[in-house]
This record gives sequence, structure tokens and C-alpha cells, in this order.
Amino acid sequence: MPRIPTAAAGPPASLADVTASDAALRRFLHGLPGVDPVGLEARAAALGTRSIKTTAKAYALDLAVSMIDLTTLEGSDTPGKVRALCAKARTPDPTDRTAPAVAAVCVYPDLAAVAAESLAGSGVKVASVATAFPSGRAAPEVKLADTRAALAAGADEIDMVIDRGAFLAGRYLEVYEQIRAVRQAAAGARLKVIFETGELSTYDNIRRASWLGMLAGADFIKTSTGKVGVNATPANTLVLLEAVRDYRAATGVQVGVKPAGGIRTAKDAVKFLVLVNETAGDDWLDNRWFRFGASSLLNDLLMQRQKLRTGRYSGPDYVTVD
Amino acid sequence: MTQADARLSVLKTYKLYVGGKFPRSESGRVYEVTDAKGRWLANAPRASRKDARDAVVAARKAVAGWSGATAYNRGQVLYRVAEMLQGRREQYVAEVADAEGLSKARSAAQVDAAIDRWVWYAGWTDKVAQVVGGGNPVAGPYFNLSAPEPTGVVAVVAPQESALLGLVSVLAPVIATGNAAVVVAAEERPLPALTLAEVLATSDVPGGVVNVLSGRTAEIAPTLAAHQDVNAIDLTGADAELARELEVAAADNLKRVLRPEPPYDWTADPGTGRLTAFLETKTVWHPTGGLGVSGSAY
Repeated sequence: MPRIPTAAAGPPASLADVTASDAALRRFLHGLPGVDPVGLEARAAALGTRSIKTTAKAYALDLAVSMIDLTTLEGSDTPGKVRALCAKARTPDPTDRTAPAVAAVCVYPDLAAVAAESLAGSGVKVASVATAFPSGRAAPEVKLADTRAALAAGADEIDMVIDRGAFLAGRYLEVYEQIRAVRQAAAGARLKVIFETGELSTYDNIRRASWLGMLAGADFIKTSTGKVGVNATPANTLVLLEAVRDYRAATGVQVGVKPAGGIRTAKDAVKFLVLVNETAGDDWLDNRWFRFGASSLLNDLLMQRQKLRTGRYSGPDYVTVD
Repeated sequence: MTQADARLSVLKTYKLYVGGKFPRSESGRVYEVTDAKGRWLANAPRASRKDARDAVVAARKAVAGWSGATAYNRGQVLYRVAEMLQGRREQYVAEVADAEGLSKARSAAQVDAAIDRWVWYAGWTDKVAQVVGGGNPVAGPYFNLSAPEPTGVVAVVAPQESALLGLVSVLAPVIATGNAAVVVAAEERPLPALTLAEVLATSDVPGGVVNVLSGRTAEIAPTLAAHQDVNAIDLTGADAELARELEVAAADNLKRVLRPEPPYDWTADPGTGRLTAFLETKTVWHPTGGLGVSGSAY
């Protein structure tokens, strides 16, 4: 298998000078081609009309299940709830052992240890949010301590948030340095960088944030926290997918994408998979390179699997209540 | 030729009623509805199995609110529907006369009976619990109380012959007790049912409590009978062969099945049979504590 260059090393030689100074980085990010919002949304909507049926649908449903980061990020989370979620992550449908396990369980850092214990030996990863999730409003040393605590508790993957205040104020290098710092603190873990696209206000900003995150060494770029009004949409995910495609073309480094928040139905999930296949390509159709941050999506996918298997529409009585 | 004759008449294309909205069929299909003499009256949507699925989802969403409303409130809402029916009486008289080939007088009698029946069931909402529930005498220091609860989502195959009175007679008892209904309208005579949907949408019935599908009964009903999230099915409008098929499909998740024996006389006193067909009984045992020397702890 050819060795895939990892993102951890930071910007490749060809782009090394763009992060040399705040001015250079600004020049580079503002020099990215602008996004045509009307064209983008039309493209995302058009790809959402593809009809995926029978065997292709069965494949898409199983793939989507295997790509889920099963998430619980509530103030009311308890160790018991996390353990229940981990059991579901290992065996999503107890009545049908052919259902694949999900990719990861995503929790707050203080519950990462519980998740790590429950998932030991299953192959399901432990993802932990960090860096003062979801607002990202804390001192840099606090964010790093948060990250280290999550890693010490056994997290395999770190979901960090960027400092949107600094980004919107135009202090790109500061955002870059913060991501680099977390990247170094989380050496060995896969790093997902959350932009909170709903707060970035323009598609141009989402494209700039994507490149900024990838230059700083993100393994995954992720749309949102799920905590604001607008979360993952087909259009903003399409911007991310174009960015990872272009980044690989420019540097040879492959970066993953994770839309999160608001994806609740199997139909939506399949639309996102079409976007991935048509934009980034089938190299990304794998849970190493594409994830869904979701919780209720899993139940809908399982109900659709049951429908395909039995020919009868299933109902919420036949999946677990989270 | 008068000016009124010169005007082209506007034939209506009706829509489904799902979740309080009026969508077209997902399949985009419609079919021609004719009167008893074969004259073209209007187009009705021809629902697909996906429309049936969407209707069940809408009904499931509505169950919590409707069954959780007080019985008195449900009665008020249903009475409001009767008021709206009365307001559209003339339209119904014409529709029923067209659909069933009746004279105007006989059609008017059917419509009046339907409105009266709706009022009758509206009155039952806060009385059915006293009739089928209550305290049970038990040998032990317990209060033992049985209370009826709605079954949940009920699929209703409406009668094929009696387009309004029959429909009201099967629909009103289902929703009076707090169930949500997915109605498959009479295949050849769907217009009174689709007009009833317009009445329901403009009265206070929450969206999703009643969902109306028109189309081929043999195409829609099997999907509902097999649907795992439908709790009960009323087979009134299915012929013997279809009813058997539906009953077999319904057995998979142990749906409650109502399969009455034709022929039906909708003008007769309906009794409480349909009202209690889609109820579950919850019984609560409440300890009253040990019996002291003076008898009851109370």
C-alpha cells in the first residue's frame, strides 16, 4: 500500500512560505478563488436529487453507519449514558449482526475515559472534543490542557474548535498558531478542526478556514459543533470537499471531512455521500476520510436497513432510545 | 349563450392531507374521479407507498400531543369540526349526491346524519373512560384502577360505498379517544374525504392527527398493514380477499385488527363498539397501606 503523506508535518514545502507571516497568510487566503454562492447551492441541490436504490442503497446505508461519530455532547451526560452509547456503537442493531459498527464515539474529555474503557478491543475509536468546546473562548494554555486531558483519558481523536473571534477579526496567523499548538500537543492522535461554519457568515470564509486548517495540519476538517442554529448543510460541506480535493491536488496530502449537526435522516446521509463521491472522489468513501457527526441519524439508518431487509417500514419502537 | 356558460369551468385537482399540509402525491400521479353516471368531476391524487410512509410518520408525531390533550379539549375540537361541516353543508350535499348517485334530498339526509354522528362522537371523548374504565374490586389493600388509553397510530380503510357518512362513522371514533389516523379514502369516491381534510385543516385539529390518502386501496393499504409503526388497522373498506391479505400482513407486529362483517348499515345506532376497538386498558395497583385496627389506613 502506498504511504499516504500525513498532515501532521504541517504545510508542505511548496506552501511553506504562505505561513511565514500574518501578511503572507492573509494574501494567500484572500487569493483563493471566491465561491459563487448561487452556483454552489445549485450544485449541492442538484447532487441531492440522485436516486440511490436497491443494492447501491444497501451499500450506502452500511457505509454511512460505518462513518458515524456517534455523539453525545450534553451537559447532562452521565457515565451510564456514555456506556449505553458505546454498547450501541459496537452493535448498532442487536437484531441484525450484519450491521457494521460505527467509526467512533464522540464525548466531552471528562467522559473519554469511560468511553475508552467501554470500547476497548472493539475497533471503535474514542473521539473527544477539546479546546473549550463549543465556543473556543479560553486562554491558549487552557485549551492545550483540555487537549492533554482528553488524550490522557484515552482519546484516539481530538475534535478542536477554532477561535472564530480571531478568524473573523482577520488574525489568521493567530488561529494558525493555535491549531499548530494543539496539533503538537495531540501528536499521534487524529486531529479534527471544527470551523463552526454557521458563524463564519460567508462561503468565502469557509473556504479560507478550510485551507487554514489544512495548512496547520488538520487530519479532518469539520463543519460545526452542532450547538448553533445552522450546522452542516450540503452547500457548506461541498465547500469543504472542494477544499480537500484541491489541497490533495496541490500537495499530495489527503485530509478528511466531517459534517456534523443537523443530519438526521438516511436520505440526507446518502445525499452527503453522493456529494463526497462526485466532488472529492471515491478515495474519500471510507470512514478514515469521511465521518458524520450525528446521534439520531443512526436510528434512521437502522430503520432503513430493516426496511430493505424485510420489505416492511420499520418504526422507532424497533431501535434503541438514546 | 349567456356569459356564464361561455366561461370554462375549473376542474379541481385535489391533494393529499398529510401532517396538516396538502402535498401532492410523491409519485406525481393523479386519477380521474367521476360521478355515479361516469361524468368527470375532478382529479384526485393517487398516493404511493411512500406517501403512506410519510403519513404514518406524521401521525406518529401527532400522537403524543393529541392523546395528551384533555378529553374535554378533544371534545371541543371535534365539536368545532362539526360546526365547520355544517358551514359546508351545501357543498357536501352536492358532493355526496354526485358520488353516490343520490337525489338531493337523500344526499342531504346523509350529510345531516354525518354531522350528527360527528357531534355524537365529540360528546363521547370525556365519557368513554367512565364507561370502560373505573375501580376494580380486588382482594387486598389496593386501589385498583383501570383507565383506557389510545392504541396509537390507526390505519383506517374507509368504506367504499358511503363516502361521507361511512367515513365519519369510522374516523370520528378513532380520533375521539386520542388516536391518530391514516385514512385510505374510498377509491372511486374520494372527494368527500378530501373535502373533509380541508375542513379539518381549518378547524383546530392538530396537523397529523388525521391524514387522508386517496388512490388505489389495494396499493396503499398493504403498506399500512405491514408498517411496523402502525398500531392498529380498521379493514372496513377492504373486500374479503384484500382484508385477508391485510390481516396476514398486520399479524407481524401484532396490530389490533378490526374486521367488521359486511353489509354495513351506517344509519343504524353505531353503539360504542368502534369507540372501544382502538383502546388499550392500563390498570394501576396502588397500595393503600396496611389495615389498622380501625380498618382502612384512610
